[in-house]
Amino acid sequence: MSIEVRQITKTFGGFTALKEVSLKIPTGGLVALLGPSGSGKTTLLRIIAGLEASDSGTVLFDGEDTTKWSARDRRVGFVFQHYALFRHMTIFENVAFGLRVRPRGQRPSEIEIRERVVDLLKLVQLDWLATRHPSQLSGGQRQRVALARALAVEPKVLLLDEPFGSLDAKVRKELRRWLRRLHDEIHVTSVFVTHDQEEALELADRVVVMNEGRVEQVGTPDELYHHPATPFVYNFLGNVNLFHGRVEGGKLHLGRAATEPPEQASGATRAALVYVRPHLLEIDREPKGPDHFRARVERINPAGPLVKVEVISEWGDPVQAEISQDRYQALGLKKGEEVFVRPREKQVFVDSYSI
Amino acid sequence: MAEPIVLRRAIASITPARATTEPAIVRWTLIGTASVFLGLFLVVPLAAVVAEAFGKGVSAYVAAFREPDALAAIRLTLLTAAFAVPLNLVFGVVAAWAIAKFEFVGKNLLITLIDLPFSVSPVVSGLIYVLLFGLQGWLGPWLAEHDIKIIFAVPGIVLATIFVTFPFVARELIPLMQAQGTEEEQAALVLGAGGWQTFWRVTVPNIKWGLLYGVILLNARAMGEFGAVSVVSGHIRGLTNTIPLHVEILYNEYQSVAAFAMASLLAMLALVTLVAKSLVEWKSQRDLAIGEGTAARGDVR
Repeated sequence: MSIEVRQITKTFGGFTALKEVSLKIPTGGLVALLGPSGSGKTTLLRIIAGLEASDSGTVLFDGEDTTKWSARDRRVGFVFQHYALFRHMTIFENVAFGLRVRPRGQRPSEIEIRERVVDLLKLVQLDWLATRHPSQLSGGQRQRVALARALAVEPKVLLLDEPFGSLDAKVRKELRRWLRRLHDEIHVTSVFVTHDQEEALELADRVVVMNEGRVEQVGTPDELYHHPATPFVYNFLGNVNLFHGRVEGGKLHLGRAATEPPEQASGATRAALVYVRPHLLEIDREPKGPDHFRARVERINPAGPLVKVEVISEWGDPVQAEISQDRYQALGLKKGEEVFVRPREKQVFVDSYSI
Repeated sequence: MAEPIVLRRAIASITPARATTEPAIVRWTLIGTASVFLGLFLVVPLAAVVAEAFGKGVSAYVAAFREPDALAAIRLTLLTAAFAVPLNLVFGVVAAWAIAKFEFVGKNLLITLIDLPFSVSPVVSGLIYVLLFGLQGWLGPWLAEHDIKIIFAVPGIVLATIFVTFPFVARELIPLMQAQGTEEEQAALVLGAGGWQTFWRVTVPNIKWGLLYGVILLNARAMGEFGAVSVVSGHIRGLTNTIPLHVEILYNEYQSVAAFAMASLLAMLALVTLVAKSLVEWKSQRDLAIGEGTAARGDVR
């Protein structure tokens, strides 16, 4: 089932959580709503589920207006951030709940319920825990029970609110891969909310980046990472260094270094925001190329696959660089040394106003 | 193998300091004070009640309950509780449900109003009903016209008891329900459950121990209430006397065996209540402990 939201606005008291958000989610997709806390991503998810009512705008399932439908009638699967398992029921009864509360006419027989629940518990690899209570399970297990419970009612849409938010890093990664495999198996349209860019980029087909109640950009992980539409998106997806420069006389001025201008620059002097990812900065002993700048090594952290080097640029800002272990060995860097730093690639956003 | 032994010795050498406990003299003084206090104010009076009740033998004790007035008092007390407990049970659950699960205008006012019977003296609670339903009260003339008796009759006693006991269940449930939040109810809703199904299948099982605890306290108070009931009852023997009122009358008439025999009933109720209360606490804590204690670890296979 495809989902479409049109012009959704939602306020809580004086706080505007969503400002005229429109979005299309294709059938069978696995879509991430990504943004910092307070960006409105969870509110949007809850509005799609019918757990929250929007102030204005419409929600469509397969083109049908469901804005006025209750959560009960929308028949979506919803996985809560803190699982919201029924604490007094066994795992089996938790998963069976959605089937048991159906009206008498539509309710499957006890044998069918049993079969269906056991199948689902096998799908989430927890059939051996059917008689336990939620409190006897680990976080990752509870999360999978919550998923099985949501899938029991055969929803056409699966909505997950920060599904891995309260799990430790290792379990989170395992569960993430497992959810991707599960989605490839059952192909239910899925939307999940996350503030973890790595999670969104790794798991989703399409990522919706949200900020302050608006959609910043929608695209595949590849598009977002390599062609960010706004400074916010670039900033949010991974570590980044920000340089304040200016475009003057057709050239980009970064600190004292002048470089080739970005394409969108016109003749007038404009403020420019230059973003460079730490691993795209090169450190040299001698000046190389036209757009290098001078810097002093402030801190070195060689733990990890890349060596993290913090330098202070000639205009006094801290800059993070990441270089390979080999390069680090070859340079023999030490704290306090003068070096030359050069961005291999950079993303320039020129302000629309002149200075 | 050597290491643990060394470690144990190290701990043993530290223990004499015992920085985390008080000196023995302080501990025993505190324990002693508490015990003496408890004995003086709880155990001795309770023993006195039993001793006085059986002071003239078992037959005199049993005879006290053969009195028609005594039986009437017991019946009336049970009747009052039979009205007050279910009504306040329903009211308490509904009020706690509304306060804990929904946001609405006037919520704080409602919470304050629920507490009112606790903060007002029971005598005042009784007087409110006299002023309202008494012959000189606001509704008195109308009630007299239609020949409805509330004050100095059973309805007044039931009303006063309901008023005095209505915070018990709500007070017990509000913090519990607030702590549990609304996520489980939302989950039930998304899974297709209706409001009624959600209430019976999700909400009630989650609050059952708190509910039972509230009902036990509510029942004890409903049966033992004196002040408010005394004002509205009129003390008509065999008609409007509850157990506590009957005890007072008997005592004033120097029928000490009968008075203490009736009092022993209330004391017994108190003991049963305490045992039931402890059982419920123990049971609900054990449920909780099972949940948290045996949490199994296990990741994606």
